[in-house]
Amino acid sequence: MTHRAVSGTPPMAPPMHHARSDEEIARALTSTSSARFSERLIGYALAACGLLSVLTTVGIVAVLIEEALQFFGDVSAVDFLFGTTWTALFANGSFGVLPLVSATVLIAALSMVVAIPVGLLVAIYLSEYASPRVRAVVKPVMELLAGVPTIVFGYFALTFITPSILRKVVPGTEVFNVMAAAIAVGIMVVPLVASLSEDALAAVPRALREGGYGMGATKMEVATQVVVPAALSGIVASIVLAISRAFGETMIVAIAAGSKAQIADDPFESAQTMTGFMVQAFSGDVETGSTVYKSLFAVGLLLFLITLVLNLISNRIVARFREAYD
Amino acid sequence: MSAMSGGADSVATDLLDSTPMRGRVRRARLFLILLYAAAAFTVGALGVLIGTTLIDGWRYLSLDLITNLPSRRPEAAGLYVALWGTVMVIGLTVLFAFPIGVGAAIYLEEYGPKNRLTKLLQLNISNLAGVPSIVYGLLGLGIFAVWFGLGRSLITGALTMALLILPIIIIAAQEALKAVPPSLREAAYGLGATKWQTTWHHVLPSAVPGILTGTILAVSRAIGETAPLLVAGASAFLLFKPTGLDSNYTVLPMQIYNWTSRPQQEFQDLAAAGIIVLLAVLLLMNSVAIIIRQRYSRKLRG
Amino acid sequence: MSALTVKTVLTSDRPVLDASADVQISIRDLDVHYGANHAVRDVTFDVPRQAVTALIGPSGCGKSTVLRSINRMNDLIPSARVEGEIRYHGVNINDPAIDPVIVRRNIGMVFQKPNPFPKSIYDNVAWGAKINGHKGNMDELVESCLRRAAIWEEVKDKLKESGLSLSGGQQQRLCIARALANDPDVILMDEPASALDPISTLKIEDLMRELARNYTIVVVTHNMQQAARVSDRTVFFSLNDQRQGVLIEAGATADMFTNPRDQRTEDYITGRFG
Repeated sequence: MTHRAVSGTPPMAPPMHHARSDEEIARALTSTSSARFSERLIGYALAACGLLSVLTTVGIVAVLIEEALQFFGDVSAVDFLFGTTWTALFANGSFGVLPLVSATVLIAALSMVVAIPVGLLVAIYLSEYASPRVRAVVKPVMELLAGVPTIVFGYFALTFITPSILRKVVPGTEVFNVMAAAIAVGIMVVPLVASLSEDALAAVPRALREGGYGMGATKMEVATQVVVPAALSGIVASIVLAISRAFGETMIVAIAAGSKAQIADDPFESAQTMTGFMVQAFSGDVETGSTVYKSLFAVGLLLFLITLVLNLISNRIVARFREAYD
Repeated sequence: MSAMSGGADSVATDLLDSTPMRGRVRRARLFLILLYAAAAFTVGALGVLIGTTLIDGWRYLSLDLITNLPSRRPEAAGLYVALWGTVMVIGLTVLFAFPIGVGAAIYLEEYGPKNRLTKLLQLNISNLAGVPSIVYGLLGLGIFAVWFGLGRSLITGALTMALLILPIIIIAAQEALKAVPPSLREAAYGLGATKWQTTWHHVLPSAVPGILTGTILAVSRAIGETAPLLVAGASAFLLFKPTGLDSNYTVLPMQIYNWTSRPQQEFQDLAAAGIIVLLAVLLLMNSVAIIIRQRYSRKLRG
Repeated sequence: MSALTVKTVLTSDRPVLDASADVQISIRDLDVHYGANHAVRDVTFDVPRQAVTALIGPSGCGKSTVLRSINRMNDLIPSARVEGEIRYHGVNINDPAIDPVIVRRNIGMVFQKPNPFPKSIYDNVAWGAKINGHKGNMDELVESCLRRAAIWEEVKDKLKESGLSLSGGQQQRLCIARALANDPDVILMDEPASALDPISTLKIEDLMRELARNYTIVVVTHNMQQAARVSDRTVFFSLNDQRQGVLIEAGATADMFTNPRDQRTEDYITGRFG
């Protein structure tokens, strides 16, 4: 870069002439710039990127429904939805999905017994109590925990939770069991519940807390009786999302809960979830177009619908919560 | 109460007498213990998880683990093929998902009109982020493997994974774009810049640290995913590293799953060693994200 | 397409009220709506060439809105609707057929808060010229713009440093230099000194007077003394009883400050001075 002075441009410049005449400017103003066309092209390209996400949804729905419909040609929808025997991988198997659903629901419910209290207490701790120094430890731990792949939690459930804890406390526990999977799923979703609930707690206006303190309430009373109720919808939304995640969780249950498709009533026995069945089937050879192959999509469709409804509910709650405080 | 009936002196005695507070104080202390316990539980869970895995897998941690091919004998088995598979699948995944994800985010934040349609698009994206990953596997199987006829190939896996992390990248990039101050856009528009010039020269560079951090988190997620690739056709046991887009492939978590599901203790310990490698890769990724964030924020501060 | 555009623009049925050669921009019947809110109503005035025109009035009276209509910045606000005629070089630049990008390349803008790009001082000035296809010597252009913005002496040894490393007053002069690089003939300034200390403010005011020798300047200010010091012409806005911004009077600054025609102008001017 050269820094030589431009001749004839002292600090106080004499009147200068603009490079363009009035006519030139007028002509430029009324012309259609070529940039305008390429701008529009770029706009379309970006919109196409956004549209791909719509296509993804359409693709998911189309694939699931198409194969599921074919499946319902082989097996009646009523037998599928209300049947209590699932022996899909046997010859002339039976396709009653209730055993898979019962295991899925039981694991999701038990996992919430871990995730809701722990997640909520951690959220309250981080938002209302923790000193910056403790925060600096707990926050990164939560982020790390959230980043641990589910296969690792599965390994942890199978090789630690079952042998080192459950079988010591409840001696009859099977090697593969619902409880170990549920505990691991619960730990896995703690960061989700904690971080979303903490956001909800942090969004509660200061004035509300001060109102509580002004009436002589202790810190705990303010936290549990003022802040938590005020943030309740945000907390509920985080729990609904966590339930949805637990329903769709795959590798933990595939590894730790086993593959015995039976109505799940004893958490210390083995059971197979919807996702667990999919993993078992795909780990072997499934012939494309067979009834088993199609049944996988029917189970997938059911899972997709359940989680979709849960996600929509959660979204709805969050949207309403935002309205309340914005 | 005495404060009502008595004079100033009885108020003073009330302030000094903590008897009525005693129950509340005890409850508050109990609550605090519960809070500590919850925090300790999560920190402890992560500690035990990493600790037991290290103890189990320590024996198999060596260079051989990374350079050996899979084998039916645990002492000779390694992650070579799976590591190559992960590198190639994830590389392609990023190649597809990053530009499209950032493009979609730019459309939503900078270009798209704020109307019902974009709202619907936004809702669609946030719902996609909540679809179970195994369902993406079914999508990949149905569309890429069967309908497009790509089979159980590397490219099927990468495309499936790209769709899986697309919503995560879009949402992260949107957050980063939202954080760019409007005054920067005004400055550029005021100089007669077009929308694209404004976006490309000023808005995007300012959003880069946020976009990259979000992308790395999304890619970390993809590296650890097993279910979608298991469904979309990753192999369980493979003796060759992938050579082309149509090759068979396996990935790190698939190999770990394969080892975990064998009954022999040796293979389970090998799985632990594999998990240590997987976690090390993820930790490395996160460190890179932190470095990028710091370097860029220093540069922008000027 | 473009021929048709020219025709519709030039055959606009509105009478050109002031066609004298020294009028740079003439604004006729300007109305601005933000959604259902009618923010500015029926504003008409002329901006003389190579002089400083000050837009003054109480806050919320729409003076900034009028300013931002002149270079179509209101296009960026989805809910904004600007109606009326803004004639510039014989063209109604408020016509939707006119590309706002080209308007802004000719009518530069300086904002209330200094907003240099997070780039080097050199790149801050050069960028506008670059995207507009400047063909000449870039170093010379950067230097001459920085000189005309009276900041060259302060930055000539650190052109590669970030524009954000400068003080607030320097940043604002950098933003003026940046606007000059496009070779505009009009520069709009939206309270350019309101975020600055008194000494920096004086420098900006001196600069405005200096620039008015070559450029047409329209400045929004809430500072009465500033309007009196720098402007040749003053346009006074206020709110009517429906809380819409309306023009009360426009005229030579000296006349308006010594002999306001409207009582409201007098109240405002004296109130601020008192």
